Amino acid sequence: MKALRKFLDKQKPHFQQGGRFEKLESTFEAFETFLFVPNTVTHSGAHIRDAIDMKRTMIFVIIGVIPTLLFGMWNVGYQHFLSYGQHTGIWTNFIFGLGKVLPIIIVSYAVGLGIEFLFAQIRHHEVNEGYLVTGILIPLIVPPDIPLWELAIAVAFAVIFGKEVFGGTGMNVFNPALTARAFLFFAYPGNMSGEKVWIADKLDSFSGATPLGKALVGNFHNFPSVHDMFFGFIPGSIGETSTFLIIIGGLFLLITGVASWRIMLSVFAGGYVMGLIFNLWGANQYMHLPAWEHLIMGGFAFGAVFMATDPVTSAQTTKGKYYYGFLIGMLAILIRVFNPAYPEGMMLAILLMNVFAPLIDHIIIQSNIKKRLKRARVALIE
Amino acid sequence: MKTEKTERESLFSPKNMKLITGPLNLNNPITVQVLGICSALAVTAKLKPAIVMTLAVMVVTGFSNLVVSFLRNGIPPRIRIIVQLVVVATLVILVDQLLKAFVFDVSKQLSVFVGLIITNCIIMGRLEAFAMANKPWPAFLDGIGNGLGYGLILITVAFFRELLGSGTLFDIRVIPQSFYNAGYVNNGMMILPPMALITVGVIIWVQRYYKRELIEKK
Repeated sequence: MKALRKFLDKQKPHFQQGGRFEKLESTFEAFETFLFVPNTVTHSGAHIRDAIDMKRTMIFVIIGVIPTLLFGMWNVGYQHFLSYGQHTGIWTNFIFGLGKVLPIIIVSYAVGLGIEFLFAQIRHHEVNEGYLVTGILIPLIVPPDIPLWELAIAVAFAVIFGKEVFGGTGMNVFNPALTARAFLFFAYPGNMSGEKVWIADKLDSFSGATPLGKALVGNFHNFPSVHDMFFGFIPGSIGETSTFLIIIGGLFLLITGVASWRIMLSVFAGGYVMGLIFNLWGANQYMHLPAWEHLIMGGFAFGAVFMATDPVTSAQTTKGKYYYGFLIGMLAILIRVFNPAYPEGMMLAILLMNVFAPLIDHIIIQSNIKKRLKRARVALIE
Repeated sequence: MKTEKTERESLFSPKNMKLITGPLNLNNPITVQVLGICSALAVTAKLKPAIVMTLAVMVVTGFSNLVVSFLRNGIPPRIRIIVQLVVVATLVILVDQLLKAFVFDVSKQLSVFVGLIITNCIIMGRLEAFAMANKPWPAFLDGIGNGLGYGLILITVAFFRELLGSGTLFDIRVIPQSFYNAGYVNNGMMILPPMALITVGVIIWVQRYYKRELIEKK
């Protein structure tokens, strides 16, 4: 560690003003602060001091998704061998999955960080940390067989049009990871939906439909058991299947205070309420599905825990967070049940509410101002 | 237009020429004035309809500017919009009939958007801003120029959308079959309207990168 510090200190002058690599200053700065806690401190005014800066926050989120990531790798292998009717050991499954998932992660980071660094150099600002999390979330929400070049284009699109055009990390309207997924979904639907894509290299005769795909066409005969859906032994995007591990990751985020419990809770509540409404309606078999079963299918839990809680794109006001989350949950189930073209509504629900989050905040703030003005007037009249 | 230019040189003084070249870049109706966006989204999935649409709009802007400029001193200011609309509507119907007669399949693809040229903001904008206050010849050039500026963006957008979205140009396959065999897939999103908006956005981005004076002062 000390040798590394020494090495960095030695190189530093080259990257500062007047140095040989002056233009690459932000690149150097990014690596330095990634490896060490920055030694810059605020000089004036009163500030709340905290050991957590953005890089540490991001690291917590990454720790939070690691269980689902590891399980996802195993599940990719498990589903693959299952389609051939083979039951193999845990390591065989895991290594097969690793071979599938690792290239996706590498492409995601290489392309995304490459563009981030490029923009930082052109605009002469520091490299934003935001992509560290986006880069790990993207592999978790794509099917294991996604062609890497398509993923690279989607990542580039998400970083440039989802983030950089708005001014970089913290300024984006849409969740960048979901932007990448939405791009893939609309640009290359053949590789993002249907029965073929959710199991890596599966046997052709084996049906690879996800529970959502089955439910939408009313095929409830060999529906996976609740146990399988909760623990994630079902086909699906790499990281979305295991509700159990997502909840563990979510608890970690809540304990460290990184994610908002209000949003998480209200997303689940919204989904549950919508499920209940459908139960009352009961026009088809899908609507009769127990309300809580919606919450453990597809990407609902993953979206609720890791996507909806994104501090940049979610509502900021305390009350607004409840509305924001609740509407995401309701819309996701609504899209699932009603729209035959979109078996999974979570992505679209979150992206839509991302757009409305500032409006929700605005209404909350305005109503609060009105309430207080009213109180002030009453006090004046008296 | 090209042949005319060489024959009647005196009409093309630098000032008049600017009326044509201005809208192509620094005063582009789509990227700078942000007019006529709706049709730019609707008809740019393929090159052929985009080019036909360009011609149609160019004819309408040019001749409506010309006619309104002739009438400009006779139009009572209070009913000028109605008079302008009558002129534009007449021209649009003429264009629509011509398209139906000679390029029926493209006319079908463009469907309502030819009729909607009437509501294209560029036309009303140019009539109000230019034709009502200028002589017929400059007004005509201004109309043609704005039609060209509109078309330039339309054709650029359509080029990328057709190439990446369908793998064709003018319905002729340009991306070789070997690409598809190797796993290449057309980008379905390019055919959807949002991508047209984003493509226009990229054009604006590139234009402003090179023409710094277009960037608004903060």
